[in-house]
Amino acid sequence: MITPVAEVGYAEATWILIAKSIVIFLGVFLIVPVLTVVERKLIGRFQHRYGPNRVGPVGMMQPLADILKLVGKQVFRPDAAVPLLYAIGPALVIFSGITTIAILPFGDVKDGVGFYGIDVSIGVLYFFAFGSLAFYGLLLSGWSSGSKYSFLGAMRSAAQLISYEVSMGLALLGAVMMAGSLSLVSIVEAQGEIWYVVPQFVGFLIFMIAGFAETNRAPFDLPEADAELVQGYQTEYGGSRFASFLLAEYLEMFVVSGIAAAFFLGGWMGPGPGWLDPIWMVTKIMALIFVFIWIRATLPRLRYDQLMSLGWKVLLPLATLNILVTAVLVVVT
Amino acid sequence: MSDVGGHRSAPARGGDVIAATTAEVIGSSPIERTEAGDALEPEHELLTVNMGPHHPATHGVLRLLVSLEGEEVLDLKPIVGYVHTGIEKSCEDQSYWKVIPFVERMDYLSYFFNMQAFCGAVETLLELEIPPRAKYLRTIHLELNRLHSHLFWLGTTALDLGAISMLWYALRERDTILDLFEMATGQRMHTRYFQVGGVFEDIPVGFEDKLRAFCTEMPARIGQYEALLDRNEIFLRRTRGVGIVPRERLLELGVTGPLLRAAGEPWDLRKAHPYLAYDEVEFKIPVGTVGDGYDRYRVRMQEMRESVRIIEQCLDGLPEGPWITDERKVVLPPRDELATSMEALIHHFKLVTEGFRVPPGEVYYPIEGPRGELGCYVLADGSAKPARVHFRDPSFVNLQSLREMCVGGYIADLIQNLGMLDPILGGVDR
Repeated sequence: MITPVAEVGYAEATWILIAKSIVIFLGVFLIVPVLTVVERKLIGRFQHRYGPNRVGPVGMMQPLADILKLVGKQVFRPDAAVPLLYAIGPALVIFSGITTIAILPFGDVKDGVGFYGIDVSIGVLYFFAFGSLAFYGLLLSGWSSGSKYSFLGAMRSAAQLISYEVSMGLALLGAVMMAGSLSLVSIVEAQGEIWYVVPQFVGFLIFMIAGFAETNRAPFDLPEADAELVQGYQTEYGGSRFASFLLAEYLEMFVVSGIAAAFFLGGWMGPGPGWLDPIWMVTKIMALIFVFIWIRATLPRLRYDQLMSLGWKVLLPLATLNILVTAVLVVVT
Repeated sequence: MSDVGGHRSAPARGGDVIAATTAEVIGSSPIERTEAGDALEPEHELLTVNMGPHHPATHGVLRLLVSLEGEEVLDLKPIVGYVHTGIEKSCEDQSYWKVIPFVERMDYLSYFFNMQAFCGAVETLLELEIPPRAKYLRTIHLELNRLHSHLFWLGTTALDLGAISMLWYALRERDTILDLFEMATGQRMHTRYFQVGGVFEDIPVGFEDKLRAFCTEMPARIGQYEALLDRNEIFLRRTRGVGIVPRERLLELGVTGPLLRAAGEPWDLRKAHPYLAYDEVEFKIPVGTVGDGYDRYRVRMQEMRESVRIIEQCLDGLPEGPWITDERKVVLPPRDELATSMEALIHHFKLVTEGFRVPPGEVYYPIEGPRGELGCYVLADGSAKPARVHFRDPSFVNLQSLREMCVGGYIADLIQNLGMLDPILGGVDR
């Protein structure tokens, strides 16, 4: 008998699965351009200027103009680049972003349809397995570009992955232990009494800090530090491949916010009728994304060695301690 | 979809290309790299990176040849000359009053200082005393210019460190200063406001009110900047203990300005060798202790506060009277005199066609610029054109200390050091 890798909590007919994956995919894909313009608008306000306000009503069509411009560019490759890997890099990054969306729960089962891509029993592991693929994309594209700045950026992203992935996993483990399940749907349902942000506050903080590192956002944007490495691994990319990196960054930000919302902020739960669930989830994700943008407008960038020491000397022991305390409390109560 | 490559000379292979790039190693790099680049043991392999001339953090067109081992900077060599414009040579072909707009364009963030250095030098040669009001007006504009320069430094350096929003906050205040410049002189940059003998025009009505409002607001703004940076753990970690060069070494290298003061040497020409109205106003010289990036930052922030104080005192004590000397051999006569006085007409004609003559001699006139000692050397041969104009630009001299700041640190420290060094490449190359 073949032991399955993962069990699926609730599955519908195949056509429903296909239909809802398309809906979720398109929904999130459409959110990304909105996110870019929201980020630029917000950063603009933080920085005492307007932000984009020329294309379309209040500048909301700006991402369309950006995408059209980038897609219209010639596909370019430096001679020193490794052709195949150079092309695979951005694709891998996007792939990682899209696959991880599948496990974000936007609601429980309603009328026989689960409001999520898939409810796997290994939810957290799925997230880490596919989320970390993005770093291979960065690593490959930085290395295969044949540029020194890209190379340094790729090395930095590798180091960053190793330093923060562990703490990130440990930070989620506390919530997993409290819920007694790895499935995101079960974890959200277990937060009916109290959101895990209260008992797992340390875990939430560690996860968010590691999430910033995971998504290469400021103050952990070392792989693409524009003042030092001139965009790092992206230096040699242009046109639609460059746009892929940009898209992937926002997708990742969305996913990390979604995971944080599901694990710590009660996922889709909120007052009001059941059909409000997806809206609650998106609202929580947006609130967390606002924090991402806020931090970017405020904080300077860490140095390479400081990033390492923060990851290994502060976050990892703290996350381990958090698990120990949680484990003891779970057993006692 | 076809891939279009840019550089046909580079080998179209992957992988080992990074090691095999035949980057030219210039000068003092400790290990000469072979053409293959892989003759060395892997642990001794160096990555030679050209930072610049077009790099976002080099503040212009500075080229840094950096040898890296991993992220660590093993050696560094600044290569300058990308904006060399031959201004000093061009000055020899202009009459004295036409030189002023030339020298302004050297260090393009401290144009009033360049003007003052040159005008002060020529006035020394002419043994010309400028009226008190001109002295005060010059002091006001010099200090405004210092504020403007430091604000720009603050914004760009914070940007290099990743605090992107500071740039816009700093540039907001800088814009107010530029508005003031425009009000007083008609131009926002490169104003040609200082003349040999005084200033071009008196300040207009309303200038004082606007300047006072700015002076009231500015200390609060500086407090806001400090709240954003000084209380930020990341900023402190990035700057503290980074880029320390001993005070003795800085003195040997001839480094001046905030860099030297941050290392604990209270050397400021405004106090040591007062000029204009600086001996009549009260201000302090901020001095650092260890001379790391944080001290450099603190010294400049405190200098901005002192500049505001100087401006306020100058406004309070601004004397009435002429703003330019009435020495008719040097300064154009007022417009209305031309219609009534034959002598004025002759002076006007002589000054406009030939310019004024300066008695033979040479002079070195140093002032305290925002980046350090800004000195102007003028050699006069008795004609209406200078025989030689030379500027000791602090950016150029200070740049020498960059290597010692950076060697042994990380790339991120290099960027931080360069930002705190605050070189203006227009001044370096001239």
